[in-house]
Parts: sequence; C-alpha cells; structure tokens
Amino acid sequence: MSSKVIIIDDEPLARSVVIEYIQNFPDLVVSQVCSNGYEGVKAIQQYKPDLIILDIQMPKINGFEMLELIENPPAVIFATAFDEYAIKAFEAHAIDYLLKPFNQDRFEKAIKKWREQKNNSNSEKQTKQLLDDVSLTAPQNQRIVIKDGSKIKIIPVQDIFYLEAADDFVKVFTKEGYFLKNKTMSHFEQVLDASQFVRSHRSYIVNLQQITRIDPYEKDNHVAILRSGAKVPVSRTGYPKLKAILGL
Amino acid sequence: MATSPFSVTRFRVIFSICWLIIFVDHVLLLRWFGLSWSMAIVDGAINDALLIFACLLVIMMLHYYLPQKEKYFHLLTWCLLITVIVILITKVILKNIYASNEDYIIFFNRSLWVRSSLDFLLLGCVILISVIWYNWQEQSEQEARKQDAEKLSKEAELFKLRQQLQPHFLFNSLNSINALIGSRPQEARKMVQQLSDFLRGTIKKEEHQWVTLKEELQYLQLYLDIEKVRFGHRLATSIEYDESLDELKLPALLLQPVMENAIKFGLYDTIDEIEIILKAVREENNLVITVTNPFDPETSAPKGTGFGLQSVQRRLYLLFARNDLVSTEAKENIFTTTIKIPQA
Repeated sequence: MSSKVIIIDDEPLARSVVIEYIQNFPDLVVSQVCSNGYEGVKAIQQYKPDLIILDIQMPKINGFEMLELIENPPAVIFATAFDEYAIKAFEAHAIDYLLKPFNQDRFEKAIKKWREQKNNSNSEKQTKQLLDDVSLTAPQNQRIVIKDGSKIKIIPVQDIFYLEAADDFVKVFTKEGYFLKNKTMSHFEQVLDASQFVRSHRSYIVNLQQITRIDPYEKDNHVAILRSGAKVPVSRTGYPKLKAILGL
Repeated sequence: MATSPFSVTRFRVIFSICWLIIFVDHVLLLRWFGLSWSMAIVDGAINDALLIFACLLVIMMLHYYLPQKEKYFHLLTWCLLITVIVILITKVILKNIYASNEDYIIFFNRSLWVRSSLDFLLLGCVILISVIWYNWQEQSEQEARKQDAEKLSKEAELFKLRQQLQPHFLFNSLNSINALIGSRPQEARKMVQQLSDFLRGTIKKEEHQWVTLKEELQYLQLYLDIEKVRFGHRLATSIEYDESLDELKLPALLLQPVMENAIKFGLYDTIDEIEIILKAVREENNLVITVTNPFDPETSAPKGTGFGLQSVQRRLYLLFARNDLVSTEAKENIFTTTIKIPQA
C-alpha cells in the first residue's frame, strides 16, 4: 500500500530536491507540492496525507502556524536551513528534522524513522507539545493565526479585544467579530504579554488597552466596559489583578 | 548638545556663594567710602543683580553659540558691550532713586570708571569659565562619541561576520545548489560562482571603505541573482538609475542589508509574486536611494526599522553624525526605504 506525501516549501529548488529523493521510494506518492502554508492547509484537507515534509520559514504563516490550523495533523518531517530556536524545540521533543542541505542518505533515515513510528500514536502528541512550546516564542506570540471557514486569518495580538472560553475552544474577539481557536485559556494566559492582557475571570482574558472603565456589577463582581461597548465580566479574584496592573 | 553648567548642583552653589561674597564686598566697600548702609545696600543690590542677570544671559548664549577659537575676540566685544549696558541701566535706576542726593550723584559719577572695570572683569571671568566649561563638555562628548564609534565598529565587525555567514541565506543557497546539481549542473556551477563572489566581496571589503555606486550595484546584483534562483518567479527586482551617477560614492556594503530587508519583508509578508525596486537619484549634494517592497498592512505590525536598517542607520550616523539619513514610509501596501548619502 502506498503512502501519500505532501511537500510544503516556499523555495522551488528546495521542493524539487525532496521530489527527487522521494522518487527512490516506490511506495511514496507525492500528492501535491505547495509553496506556502495556505496551499498546505488546503492540500492537507483535500488529500489527508500520511506524511508532510514541511519547511518552517514561509510567507505569511510559518510551518508551525500552519500545523496549528490542522485538526489532526499528519506525521511531519521538518526541513529547515537554519532556525536556532526551532532546532532546540525539535530536540526537546525528539522530533526528526532535516537540516538543509541534506543528502539522500539523511533523507532515507528520516523516512525510515517515520515508518517505524507510523503506528505509534505518540507522535501526534509530540507534535502538539512542540507547537505549544513554539507558540510561546516570538514572533508567534505577536499574532494569532486562525482558520475561519476556508479563510486564514492573522490577528496581531494588539487587535484582540478580549478572549472568552468556549468548551474546547477560545473565542477571540476583534473588531470583526469573534474567531475560534482550539487552544486553552491557560495557553493564552501564558502566551500573551501579561502587562497587556489580564485574566479578569475564569473564562475571560481582556486587553487592557481596550478598557474604558470598570463598573460594579451585582454584589461582589465587576464588569469591564470596552471601547467597543462590549462588557467583560470581572470576578472577585480578577478585580484586584486588574486594579494592580492599571495602577488604580 | 552640551549641558549648561547650571545642571550641576555644585556649580549652582558655588555661583551663589561667589555672588554673595561679591555683594557683601561691594556693600562694605561703598560703606567704607562713606555711603549710608541703605544706600550701600541698594547700590550694591541693583548693580550686582543686573550683573548676575547679564552673567546668566551670557552663560545661556554660550550654551547655544560657542564661538570658534579664532573668533574669541567676539567674546571680548560681548563682554564690553554687556558691561556698558549694565552700567548704563544701573546709572539710570540709581540716579532716579537718589535724584535729590547730589553727594551720591557726584560719588557715582566718580566711581563710574572703577565700577565699569570691576564689572567688566567679573563678567570676563564668568565668560572665561563658561567657555572652558562648554569646551570641556564638547570635548568629553566627542570623546564619548569616539568611544561609541569604536564600540560600534567592533559591533559592525561582528555584524559583518554574521553577514558573511548569514546562516539562513547561506544554507538555503547551498540547498538550491544541491538541487541544481542533479537537474541542471551548468546552473549549479554558475550559482557556486555567484555565491563565492558574493562571499568574497563581504570578506574583502572593509566597513569604512567607500566605493562607487557602480561597484556597489554590481555587488548587489550578485546577491539578487542568488536570491532569484532561490525564490524563482516569485521575486522580481529592478534597479533604476542613470549612468551619470556611476561615480558617486557610498560606504561599502551599505545597500545589501537594505535590499535584504526589503526582500525578506516582501517575500514573507505576502504569498504573491513581488517586485523590489531600487532607484538611485542625485538630489542636490546627496545620493538618494529608495527601495520599495510590497507588504500587507493588515497583518504586519508596524515594524519601524528592522535590524538590518538599524545597522545602516548607525553606520551613517557614525560617518555623518546625522540621524535623518534613513527614513521609511508605509503607504497602502508599499513599504519605502529612503537612504541619503551626502557627497563630499
């Protein structure tokens, strides 16, 4: 049985060298080659590949951000020329990666490793952990990449009004309404700059730049009124936190 | 800008004490000449207050205009002029106050010469001290700038080293060559040549060396050719300039980081094909170079000047002590970087 492979790299020659190496594996079929993360997301949805060979530095959204947009990402072999941080992250999570330029032997080794781990469900968890880890660092924590239907939305963090927990998702509110991101509140609490974003409530994180005033609400609670007019609940534990940061 | 001596507390204290002593001496002297206490104090107060005011004025003026060494006689003229004004005003005020006291008026007229020379000397002292102060300030500022320059040149060297290696650029270029070797060996050879010439250029050229625009653009072309092989049809570049500008000078390796910034910005901020345009013109006595690249205003946080541009700005600052030579502008979806290089 053959396996489907998708190659995602923004440099044409980098793609062609992978295609060339893959030709030595009769059971690997290249379903599609993509030149950026947008094409990558589409192709992965369409072909449901068994393996993707993924570059990291790419236009608009990088390889990690692209993976975040895919619900059940397939196995990945990363290929990068130089990215100190990414390499550290790979090593921390024991994920295989290729350093460009790589030769046929090195490529074969990576494929062999992938085959060995194929039936091991652990790899998906590893990828997830890797993404969590990577999203804590610049430039990823300066923006949030979200899939909105078939469109991909890049939201600079300063454009966020507030975040609201919604089951397994987080609603990211902006001037264009809200977008769903499948991350946890505590993840965002970690990622976002604590001097700009405060968890005002168990289910809410608010952008301080957007607050116009804080009103009392019912007995022990408060509510933050944003510039947009939106009201964000402030809990009893959230209120002192907000007050401290706003210097009230 | 040098700081005024009054920004130093100790100086303020000394200045005040000196004037207090001068004032007391002044009063005692007048008293010795037989003036009443009240007259001595009023006379001393008015004369010294005006003089203090004149001193403050001179110190302020010197803050903004410090004459060149060969123009120090200007200071003498100032000193003389201000003394005359101070004495005249003192005279008018005191004669008004004691108009009916003939003895005092006679005394004042007789003391005019002594007064003027004393005021002149005092004012001269203050001017001398402030000139020394400001000169010393300027010198230490220059010293600091020199040290800064040395430090920066070390940093520049480090930066140059990093430029030479530019790991991302280098490894990706090698990766492209690796791909070409299999399919198009002739092109692989050409690219090896270009890459070698480019790297040799970075090593050979000194940071402080000046080159002609022609040389710099030839070098830049090597870089662009390599990038074009890497990015294929996505990257188009054009260089527009008149050959009459060939011989204008600029610091070596100045344009490559600017171009690199534009390419990175352009290529990684959009998924479309992009065109980077470099234009060189002469404006008055400046060589003006503009580089434009597309970007996405919706998703790009206003980046200001990236690291590459910062180093360009600092280099130009070191050479010309001007901070206005690099400017950037984002308009709709086009980002423009403008660099001015004053011509000797």
